[in-house]
Amino acid sequence: MSRIKGRFEQLAQQGRKALIPYIVAGDPSKDITVPLMHALVEAGADILELGVPFSDPMAEGPTIQLAHERALDEGTRLRDVLEMVAQFRERDKETPVLLMGYANPVARMGYAQFADAAHAAGIDAALTVDIPPEEVALLNTELRRVAMDNIFLIAPTTPDERMQLIADQASGFIYYVALKGVTGAGHLDTDQVATQLARIRQHTELPLAVGFGIKDATSASAIAGVADGVVVGSALVQCLSDGLAANEQPESLIARVAGLLAEIRRGMDNTGS
Amino acid sequence: MSSEIDQNIFGTVPDAYGRFGEYGGKYVAETLMSALSELETLYNKLSLDPDFQRELDQDLAHYVGRPSPLYEARRWSEQIGGARIFLKREDLNHTGAHKVNNTVGQALLAKHMGKKRVIAETGAGQHGVATATIAARLGLECQIFMGEEDVRRQALNVYRMKLLGAEVIPVSSGSKTLKDAMNEAMRDWVTNVDDTFYIIGTVAGPHPYPAMVRDFQCVIGREAREQSLAQVGKLPDALVACIGGGSNAIGLFHPFLNDQSVAMYGVEAGGRGMSSGEHAAPLNAGSPGILHGNRTYLMQDEDGQILHTHSISAGLDYPGVGPEHAWLKDIGRVSYVVANDDEALAAFHTLTRVEGIMPALESSHALAYAAKLAADMRPDQHIVVNLSGRGDKDIHTVAELDGIQF
Repeated sequence: MSRIKGRFEQLAQQGRKALIPYIVAGDPSKDITVPLMHALVEAGADILELGVPFSDPMAEGPTIQLAHERALDEGTRLRDVLEMVAQFRERDKETPVLLMGYANPVARMGYAQFADAAHAAGIDAALTVDIPPEEVALLNTELRRVAMDNIFLIAPTTPDERMQLIADQASGFIYYVALKGVTGAGHLDTDQVATQLARIRQHTELPLAVGFGIKDATSASAIAGVADGVVVGSALVQCLSDGLAANEQPESLIARVAGLLAEIRRGMDNTGS
Repeated sequence: MSSEIDQNIFGTVPDAYGRFGEYGGKYVAETLMSALSELETLYNKLSLDPDFQRELDQDLAHYVGRPSPLYEARRWSEQIGGARIFLKREDLNHTGAHKVNNTVGQALLAKHMGKKRVIAETGAGQHGVATATIAARLGLECQIFMGEEDVRRQALNVYRMKLLGAEVIPVSSGSKTLKDAMNEAMRDWVTNVDDTFYIIGTVAGPHPYPAMVRDFQCVIGREAREQSLAQVGKLPDALVACIGGGSNAIGLFHPFLNDQSVAMYGVEAGGRGMSSGEHAAPLNAGSPGILHGNRTYLMQDEDGQILHTHSISAGLDYPGVGPEHAWLKDIGRVSYVVANDDEALAAFHTLTRVEGIMPALESSHALAYAAKLAADMRPDQHIVVNLSGRGDKDIHTVAELDGIQF
């Protein structure tokens, strides 16, 4: 059983929802990422989502764009991200790790080489924002060969027939993008999300995580009431960026981001589930 | 070389997935997939609809001012002393470049879809101006994304867009040029997909854009073919066009692809020279990858990060290229070559002085290569060069290089 599937089953038995923090690997330095990952797990993360820095992150809002730029300025490339996860795995063999990124760095490495290297590093799944099911066949063949999950997005604009197409290719969980827009934008309507999740559930039994627009404990606990998992990205990246603006040292940056995640965790566990 | 190519393949691309061989496709976030399908369905329907075609032809004739002339540059040809050079005068179109052929077409689609707002990316500003122009005419809200670096070097076009009622949004991320403007336009489209039509200016982006923009630009090649037969009595021996994304080139080339005797040259921006690494020539020095919704040749590093490009002309300063060009390169039907900044600048001055025609710096790349090509050809042969735009917008750039301040 994949680590992701196992984690969702374990949570379901406990009646809890998955908390999935997103950070950009190498933001603001290569050294901070592994300790930050451990701190996020201690703060209540169930699955870690690591952004792979890319020069043209088209789905990101300004907050995460800047994080990509900071990480690239530090020289963080896909192979560095794989090394970071390998290092994380030295101490943590339980927490699933998902890479979220864009097609080109993966295509440049080669789908087969990526699958081998990611699997060896202990990565559980990949989410490539700009590879929809129509284009995924080659990559999915390689991911399946090494038993990695492929996480797909479903959007508010996705019609029913595409939901089926996506569900047929997806494994691990499905990531519902709660807003039309880029990361970090807008305001969530929990009722609308609930309605959409009900539609998606007609096509799949995979767990459904929701992301985009979840900013704090309140919005996270509201979404946890209707979804199987909650992804928090821009809020954490912004929190880190605020610390940077205040010239904080790595230890305090880690503490502030982990602190925010712990607060969100408490919010989710006290209500909703 | 082209004799080895099955001449029936050119009408078969793209396939249903928008692929030109292994290039093209739809590499976008899920949020946009249904909008692309909707556009594709509507376009497939309207492109066969005689009423739509009539409306488009009317606009091209009476608003754009087509057909554009095929002008023989006699004095310039004589100076070079080889083949006769003809210029396809897209610079004489309304708004001064080939870009308007496409914006007129896409704006008609936007109108049929009931969209109230159009957005576009622009590099040199010609596509932005052409979009702002058609938006003004149709009463559509219009926002143009433009890299900060391009806003600076194309100040005249920025003001033109503002006069036309468009809002120009400077983009300060990444390299602050065309690719970043396209990223930002995509981000806007994802956010406002319900009421917004994204008018992409070149034959790149996700399917159906590369095919659709090509179809709208093919009027250039159809006219050039007829004009060449009428004025010279035969097809051209060679076609030359500059390549940024590649829309003016594919528009000229496509109607000739089945004509085996016609050689084709796409001229990329060699910038400060290929050995300097500071250029915008992905077909010559790049490798296949995925950016802006399609698989194509890209300027990228060994880790798949997109490289900053350089060209004296903002319109060619782009790290990718339309997927059909990638395919045409691989099958060997079109030769992709380079002209560098200095060569383009020299051609700009020469054409201005010898023919009284001031070309855009983009088009000057094609002119620079055509001059070299013509010199090695016979006087009974002729070349058609796509003079894709006029050079007024570049006067500041040229003046700056000459050390002149206004």
